Amino acid sequence: MAEILKVNNLITQFKTESGIVKAVNDVSYYINEQEIIGLVGESGCGKSVSQLSVMQLINAPGKITGGEIIFEGQNLLKYKQHSPEMRSIRGARIAMIFQEPMTSLNPVLTIGQQLTEMLVLHLKMSNEDARKRAIQLMGMVGIPAAEGRIDDYPHNFSGGMRQRVMIAMGLSCDPRILIADEPTTALDVTTQAQLLEMMKDMVQRFRASLVIVTHNLGVVARYAERIYIMYAGRIVESGTTKDIFSKPRHPYTMGLLKCIPRLDEEEGRKLVPIEGLPPNLINMPTTCAFLPRCSWKIERCYKDPWPELTPVNDNHFIRCYADTKEKKSEPG
Amino acid sequence: MNQDNLILDVKDLKMYFPVVRGLLRRKVADVKAVDGVTFKLMRDETLGLVGESGCGKTTIGRCIIGLYRATGGQILFEDEDITSMSEKKLREVRRNIALIFQDPYSSLDPRQSAGGIVGEPLKIHNMALNKGEYKDRVEQLLRIVGLDPSMVDRFPHEFSGGQRQRIGVARALACDPSLIICDEPISALDVSIQAQIINLLEELQDSVKGLSYLFIAHDLSVVRHISDRVAVMYLGHIMEICKSRVLYENPLHPYTRALLSAIPIADPFVEETRERIILKGEVPSPLNPPPGCPFHPRCFMAIPECSQAVPPLRTISDGHEVACIRA
Repeated sequence: MAEILKVNNLITQFKTESGIVKAVNDVSYYINEQEIIGLVGESGCGKSVSQLSVMQLINAPGKITGGEIIFEGQNLLKYKQHSPEMRSIRGARIAMIFQEPMTSLNPVLTIGQQLTEMLVLHLKMSNEDARKRAIQLMGMVGIPAAEGRIDDYPHNFSGGMRQRVMIAMGLSCDPRILIADEPTTALDVTTQAQLLEMMKDMVQRFRASLVIVTHNLGVVARYAERIYIMYAGRIVESGTTKDIFSKPRHPYTMGLLKCIPRLDEEEGRKLVPIEGLPPNLINMPTTCAFLPRCSWKIERCYKDPWPELTPVNDNHFIRCYADTKEKKSEPG
Repeated sequence: MNQDNLILDVKDLKMYFPVVRGLLRRKVADVKAVDGVTFKLMRDETLGLVGESGCGKTTIGRCIIGLYRATGGQILFEDEDITSMSEKKLREVRRNIALIFQDPYSSLDPRQSAGGIVGEPLKIHNMALNKGEYKDRVEQLLRIVGLDPSMVDRFPHEFSGGQRQRIGVARALACDPSLIICDEPISALDVSIQAQIINLLEELQDSVKGLSYLFIAHDLSVVRHISDRVAVMYLGHIMEICKSRVLYENPLHPYTRALLSAIPIADPFVEETRERIILKGEVPSPLNPPPGCPFHPRCFMAIPECSQAVPPLRTISDGHEVACIRA
């Protein structure tokens, strides 16, 4: 399948009083058409900022300082943030759903006003057509009696329903890529399952690709075809979902799998926490940022700079010098 | 179950919050946050209380520690009824019940040092005779939770999220409680830090004799990991209560099954073959709960009888109770 988005060596930095924060540091990844990928990491690892960079939604003091974002053959970083080209892509060709359904809708506009705005703006629909389409979209994402609810305000909707509205908005202009940034984290478990299942069906129906940004390894295990694991602004491991979970090779990924409780675990299983803390992104060392927490470290890790992404087999890459294959590493 | 080892006996607990309207603050309705909950907790045991937001799990915790006065029922803590206790007596009993909160960012006073926070319960309950003893105890508590005693004069903002939650745990341990209510103690933490706190809580229970946990959380995989038994709640009722191991292997209540299937397991091979039950609709408001079984409007196994009466908890096998007429 053809690549629809390719990000090469993306660097996004934030200038702060205490120094430059390298939030996204040399990140490269790609998405194929109609593919679901997962971008996994803990808070502050740069997963959200990398996606906001693709949308060019980085404001001062943040700045995209390097790299390429190739979408449908053109480098988006050629365009300025507010250029007409970027505006025609952002929200229409590449759409994004945010974590907080409570705060990402405008409380003083009706759901209808917010849904039709994009249709009128991007697809040049008449108000009447846009309203019809909006009702249709609301029905598709599972909002019952959409016609009667389109003139409601966000506060009339529950959290799950608001996130459905966000998904309808994201899909309204028939995007090629939908980026879902922790789409269900703020919601209840059974609502999470409803929404993820619906989202998967919808991107299939719209023939779009889906990027799931999350810290939840279970969610990507269930939905993603390929996974990128991020740590301290960089991708440390990438591969197919099955490879990453059955044969994790980066010490961080292995650590993550050992420190989460699993529903189906044996009784008496001990969690192995990853000791220490994620690094401060200001004044990062040139060596591997995971080094202080790593249990696989070898002498070379202290001397050489952070390794490049190197293949361990087709489609499976890690940034690590240690031979993590030596010891058997069972997930869980 | 040996009755001597019983530490907490909750019988038909009800907690209704009145809804008032108008100038005269007339009571127009009740929010039935907890509506007839019964369970027991033994010494050295961890009981997990799991459910979605609004199911009443936090309210139960707050009733036990006496922050809310229960509307009905009994809470016997070490054979004394908390619901009918005087404030003075309650203050004494509270020394033996501690609470760990969800958000380590807002549950610590930003203007108090770590030592001050951890030592405050000692002062309130007059548990330190002199300054030296107080200082020793605070340092010991910090050491127990894995913090360097030299950090005693630092303030909460100087600690990371995980370290703050360790301070919260140290504060809970200050008065040697026999019951700790852990209310979502790890939900606000990062994945790699969660395991550190879970292990800390487990190690503490192994080293302190007679320490019980009531572990309240929405994440069933965490609850199952740490608990000996798990109670699944929905809209103020317990739907199922059983041993943690049995919960995953043999869930009997349809809500438990749906809840389990809604939680993805971090293993794509397991995920391929799992049963997936996607519930319809959302949790109804506790202001206006459905008649009969509170789960029946969303239940995939419901029959007309389900809307007739609230099904009581029935014992199916040893220690396995279910509130469902179809199970």
